[in-house]
Amino acid sequence: MGISPVLWQFLVKWLNASALFPSEASTIAPYMDALYFFLLAITFVGVFLVATLLVVFSVRYRKAVHPVATQIEGSTLLEATWTIIPLGLFLICFVWGALLYFRIYNPPVNSMNIYIVGKQWMWKAEHPGGQHEINALHVPTGQPIQLTMISQDVFHSFSIPAFRIKREVIPGRYSTVWFQATTPGEYHLFCTQYCGTNHSQMIGTITVLSPADYKKWTEESTSGMSLAQNGERLFASMGCNACHSGNAAARGPSLAGVYGSTLRLTNGSQVLVNDAYLRDAILNPSQHVTSGYTPIMPTYQGQISEDGLIDLVEYLKNLNSNDRVQQTLTTSQSDQAAPPASGVVKP
Amino acid sequence: MSAPSPTILNLPDQSTATMPKKNFINAEHGLLSWLLTGDHKRIAILYLISITVFFFIGGAFAGLIRLELLTPQGDLVSSDTYNKLFTMHGVIMVFLFLVPSVPATIGNFLIPMMVGARDLAFPKINLLSWYLYVAAGTIMLTAMAMGGVDTGWTFTTPLSTHYLNTHVITTAVAVFIAGFSSIFTGLNFIVTIHRMRCPGMTWFRLPLFVWAHYAASILMVLGTPVLAITLVLVGLERVFGIGVFDPTKGGDPLLFQHLFWFYSHPAVYIMILPGMAVISEVVSTFSRKRVFGYTAVAFSSVAIALFGFFVWEHHMFIMGVSNYSALVFSLLTMLVAVPSAIKIFNWCFTLQQGSITFETPMLYAFGFMGLFTIGGLTGVFLGSLGMDIQLTETYFIVAHFHFVMVGGMLMAFLAGVHFWWPKMTGRMYPESLSKLAAVVTFIGFNLTFLPQFILGYLGMPRRYHAYPQEFQVLNVLSTAGATVLGVGYLLPVLYLAWSLKYGAIAGDNPWQATGLEWQTQSPPLTENFPEIPIMDHEAYDYEWLEHKTQHEVTHVG
Repeated sequence: MGISPVLWQFLVKWLNASALFPSEASTIAPYMDALYFFLLAITFVGVFLVATLLVVFSVRYRKAVHPVATQIEGSTLLEATWTIIPLGLFLICFVWGALLYFRIYNPPVNSMNIYIVGKQWMWKAEHPGGQHEINALHVPTGQPIQLTMISQDVFHSFSIPAFRIKREVIPGRYSTVWFQATTPGEYHLFCTQYCGTNHSQMIGTITVLSPADYKKWTEESTSGMSLAQNGERLFASMGCNACHSGNAAARGPSLAGVYGSTLRLTNGSQVLVNDAYLRDAILNPSQHVTSGYTPIMPTYQGQISEDGLIDLVEYLKNLNSNDRVQQTLTTSQSDQAAPPASGVVKP
Repeated sequence: MSAPSPTILNLPDQSTATMPKKNFINAEHGLLSWLLTGDHKRIAILYLISITVFFFIGGAFAGLIRLELLTPQGDLVSSDTYNKLFTMHGVIMVFLFLVPSVPATIGNFLIPMMVGARDLAFPKINLLSWYLYVAAGTIMLTAMAMGGVDTGWTFTTPLSTHYLNTHVITTAVAVFIAGFSSIFTGLNFIVTIHRMRCPGMTWFRLPLFVWAHYAASILMVLGTPVLAITLVLVGLERVFGIGVFDPTKGGDPLLFQHLFWFYSHPAVYIMILPGMAVISEVVSTFSRKRVFGYTAVAFSSVAIALFGFFVWEHHMFIMGVSNYSALVFSLLTMLVAVPSAIKIFNWCFTLQQGSITFETPMLYAFGFMGLFTIGGLTGVFLGSLGMDIQLTETYFIVAHFHFVMVGGMLMAFLAGVHFWWPKMTGRMYPESLSKLAAVVTFIGFNLTFLPQFILGYLGMPRRYHAYPQEFQVLNVLSTAGATVLGVGYLLPVLYLAWSLKYGAIAGDNPWQATGLEWQTQSPPLTENFPEIPIMDHEAYDYEWLEHKTQHEVTHVG
């Protein structure tokens, strides 16, 4: 053999290291792959059919053996056949695809929420417990995980091929996707929407851990402050508590227990309070005035980062009573009345 | 008994044949006679030269992209340069090659001849559309020379409006102007097909080439203005910050996507319908048979044009659109796939009971049918909602639309150029060399783009300058294929140029085809026909042609 052994070794290693099919690491992956193979089968059959027709007709009716063509107008029966059969197959693909799509984009209610902020050119993951990660995400197996994602600048797209999920990350709007990891290991995270110079560097590693390892990881990597605690501090420092104090005479509505409730607005519409509503109400308060209140809240557009908004949303989600709001308020007022007495208020 | 000749090629005796004394090429002389011409055939030639230039510029960018992707690291060019390369490859290929390719060259040359007219309805607007094209091309080249643009051909906001300081406005102006060139071409075709058909040329006697161009023209006229509006809004947003697409000013970034794809999805059919037009003519001629199910093929073009306007959201399935609207658009996408399937099967059955020969245009047409089938069926993957989540924005998309646009449209364009080359120039191209080119193109194409389907399912994102190590083998295969493909595209330029002087003299109707364009001299007179023809038979009536030929022979004899 003429090939040098060194080159041969290199080629063998190179080919072995190459991938032909992505690993299946989430509960949805086998469902996606089943549809993929069904579509592949249709494609192979379709291409085989067309190729066979071309080859058989070319051989049988080539000029050498069939010198004079027989004119045929067409055939309604055949036309109907190749209209109806492809249509039927395509409709199966439609229904199957739609079922899968609804499954991937409708998170189960018991899922654990992790926030993702995309910006040129990095991914920031924020766990409710206060763990922050850059271009990395640690998740446990066996637990549905919902990602609530937003972009700070341009369109990005959050893609984990091994989980068969992907969703656009959009400026000014939360988008969500969910998955349940099955196999511990490390997987690729890609930004798949072109986002400028270092688009191809906006990648990361998804680390799937067993529940026990995950627990250990959360304990080791917490920043000491949960998102809700950060939010509470922000709520006080931005002066939100001055109006949203929960007092009967307060200028703003009480926010305790507001998350998940249905509000009536001054324009008469009814809205469900979710993450997106809370975010919009902070940034564009004049569009979201609760019935019975005057539109006096200033806009916070440009004053709070997406991270800060996530902290506030997470804080309001978990706010069940106004006790601590009022407590913070009294303390900060007494702070002004009597300077440095007991230091800064820390929850 | 001697076996019948394996070709239908019927050339005049080369020792006595001469080029027609008077034809549109030698009717007038000098550069100005070309630049100020109103003759649709001369304008078609001008277009052919200019789009070929842009095809090779765009192709050179593609070559650099593939060269960069030979290794996983970004080592040939910087990230910014890479982003500019794929952006300019896309902009040039879509707006300056694919959209005008068949309609502005072959369509421009043939539509008046096929309907039996002396020219298009508005010859001066036709010339204007070429000048607009050249202006757009020049502005585009200027933008490139000044440093290029890196928005991606989709101009996605807010990236294009707020985050890039390359020549976005210049490029948008170029595309805006190219759009008007396309609108004028479409308008001209519609009016010509309605008003200028010769006596006896009813709608259902029109060649299918004309039907498909009619459908494409409607898309051009109705779709392109939306692109123009969108680009104006991008410009205003970028320069004045009007905030239509800016969420911090209450705008909606998704609105841009809706507007852009409202044009750019129909644009896909603007590109492919004229390709299908060519295939109908070629398949019929080389199997000596009327196209199977003429009406089905004609109406499937119209159906594609109609449905084509209502599927744009399938580019946005993962972008947070309502799940239920995604359902509707997925269903409509499945419906638009059906007319394409109908066409493929009708072409296949045109071969049945035919008398088939395998000249170069037919080889390209076979290539088209195979590759377009793959391109179309992989489109069903993407139209299927759940599957789209895994495949969109990956190399699967890249492979899919290259199968349709390059495997489909470019194959059809080359089929058309070879098929009508004798009509346009009066001379034949060298047959064996061109068959080699067709085979090389087919092999090179498959080697380039089949690995990209696998890469796509693996999750390799498109527009990546660098990629993980394990994707390298497939990328190397793809780059190797691109090299072969490059050879396949260079060959025709060389031998077609050669044939202008040395090719065999073709005579009026070398393929013994039935279209009106073949019943006059090659190259044709400036006024196309000595006298306006009268259409007294169906399209693709080979028996009529036989009688006519026999009659001529006995007449002369």
